[in-house]
Amino acid sequence: MARRILLEHDNVPGIETFDVYRKNGGYRSVEKALKKMTPQEIVDEVQKSGLRGRGGAGFPTGMKWSFLAKPDGVPRYLLCNADESEPGTFKDRYLMEKIPHLLIEGMIVSSFALGANLSFIYIRGEYMWILEILEKAIAEAYANGFLGKNILGSGYDLDLRVAPGGGAYICGEETALIESLEGKRGNPRMKPPFPAVKGLWGCPTVVNNVESIAAVVPIINDGGDEYAKIGIGKSTGTKLISAGGNLARPGVYEIELGLSVEEFIYGDDYCRGIANGKKLKACIPGGSSVPILPAHLVTKTAEGLDRLMSYESLAEGGFVSGSMLGSGGFIVFDEDQCVVRNTWTFARFYAHESCGQCSPCREGTGWMEKVLNRLEHGQGNMRDIDLLAEINKKIEGNTICPLGDAAAWPVAAAIRHFREEFEWHVTNKEEAQTRNYGLLKASM
Amino acid sequence: MSNTHVDLSKRHSEKPVFSSEKMAEVQGIISQYPEGKHKSAIIRILHIAEETFGGWLSIETMDYVAEVLNIEPIEVYEVATFYTMFNLEPTGKFVFEVCRTGPCMLVGSDQLIEHIESTLDIKVGETTKDGMFTLKTAECLGACGYGPMLQCGKKYHEHLTNEKVNELIAAYRSGELPK
Ligand SMILES: Cc1cc2nc3c(=O)[nH]c(=O)nc-3n(C[C@H](O)[C@H](O)[C@H](O)COP(=O)(O)O)c2cc1C
Ligand code: SF4
Ligand code: FES
Repeated sequence: MARRILLEHDNVPGIETFDVYRKNGGYRSVEKALKKMTPQEIVDEVQKSGLRGRGGAGFPTGMKWSFLAKPDGVPRYLLCNADESEPGTFKDRYLMEKIPHLLIEGMIVSSFALGANLSFIYIRGEYMWILEILEKAIAEAYANGFLGKNILGSGYDLDLRVAPGGGAYICGEETALIESLEGKRGNPRMKPPFPAVKGLWGCPTVVNNVESIAAVVPIINDGGDEYAKIGIGKSTGTKLISAGGNLARPGVYEIELGLSVEEFIYGDDYCRGIANGKKLKACIPGGSSVPILPAHLVTKTAEGLDRLMSYESLAEGGFVSGSMLGSGGFIVFDEDQCVVRNTWTFARFYAHESCGQCSPCREGTGWMEKVLNRLEHGQGNMRDIDLLAEINKKIEGNTICPLGDAAAWPVAAAIRHFREEFEWHVTNKEEAQTRNYGLLKASM
Repeated sequence: MSNTHVDLSKRHSEKPVFSSEKMAEVQGIISQYPEGKHKSAIIRILHIAEETFGGWLSIETMDYVAEVLNIEPIEVYEVATFYTMFNLEPTGKFVFEVCRTGPCMLVGSDQLIEHIESTLDIKVGETTKDGMFTLKTAECLGACGYGPMLQCGKKYHEHLTNEKVNELIAAYRSGELPK
């Protein structure tokens, strides 16, 4: 099932240059779109493809595009979300570093479809060297007539810019990204109005993930129907998975959606099992914001069916026994790892990244971090475990943006599946203080 | 939300000014935005200003950026204090930022931090006496499959071991690796 559509040419020497990329079939979709298709026809193909947003929420891209308001005389904007800061996720970086022209090609076709004449790639500030790679590739695209005025004689004009962030996870949230691009603090906006109506500088705006935009290229080249044949059910196409943690071969993999989790973790084409011959303890399949699964629910669902790498199968069992595909940040734990410690690092992350606008999130994330910190360091008590659940309930659904929920849910899932481990930290204070997890393993 | 405090006791003694080449680069960035939307260039210009004026943003530097962008100083302070990449205090010549979030923790970032602390004889947040190195921790830097890792300036150092870190420190000390 190894299926390479986006990363087909990632190992071709020089593929980051315009000439090599073009020789390998690059920019065909721009020729096709600008010369033979109307913007509406492109939106239709993307709708037919069934492509779902690859940034985490999985919202159908074609549908999002069809919601874009088109008032007369008002500019529209396409923003590419390259903020990539969800712990466990590093796939967009790989794509941009290796094949920058694929993203640029997707941006041209998508901007044309949406009627945007000025588009931006917003990239996390730490990826400064990738910003330089992208700007170099963009300059080549201008020099070859694929950007700028009257592209390929079609009469369509497009300028493409790259803008860096400054180290703030919250700027991956689309309205915070817009605020940041306007030169402000990255505080998410209240919705409605949605960006499709009022986004960048008050104009209709679409925000899409790097991988979603790149996927538009094969969709236009081969047609939406062909793309929809790849994958399984409503999980069409391929997905880039960032595989990290205790794997024998971590890295970025392109998979056909529907691949079995078993094959992905243990298969020769993929991660080749757990590092150092150890056993699988747990897995967070979609980035830090999705629920953790204990080993017995990773490769099989609670009903005993094979768990697949798809939006539906990973979510099978809901919050009781399932998780989510999310951003595809696949984090694997070997038998010696401490779930409490990991949960604490995530809580610390969210407390650090909360923008501070809503009190349930600002106070709640900080409080959860404190409680988890004390539990992890052998200074907690049994009440603390329930306290975490209570704080969770106060945050959930009471905030402006989903960061609050993203912080709360993983803690709830960790306690649901690994309660004994939290309790162990209370009853074995000394071992917890010295981080003696070998004992923990023996006690489980 | 961590950079909420600006220490006013730390100042630049002279007014920072971009060289004419830097100014041309900055104006080029401003011109990428539509008429009247030049404020959008602020984050990128702050990165350049930080790099140009000693690796941190003093009040003087922020005021100068406000002048260049023709906006109020408070608009610059608001941004500079929100984004955690900006240093609001002087740092060592090289800043090591070690990622310590879950995926890196699973592959040994805690041990890496301890090793750097004992090798450089400083704690997280401190600078070596010779002013060469500052050690900081960072949250997920998008290198989770290549951990443990650290960022120094624009560069990512990945798949780190104690030995590799020792070599890295030596290389930075000897000037083999640029800032
Ligand atoms: C706290 C938070 C952080 C997010 N970070 C990212 C990110 O780094 N990259 C991304 O593409 N989407 C991120 N998103 C999702 C975006 O808000 C948005 O839904 C996405 O960019 C839409 O693109 P897509 O439909 O192509 O997936 C984040 C959302 C939240 C709430
Ligand atoms: S939920 Fe948290 S991050 Fe989101 S707007 Fe509220 S305070 Fe900011
Ligand atoms: S957790 Fe360290 S780079 Fe992602």
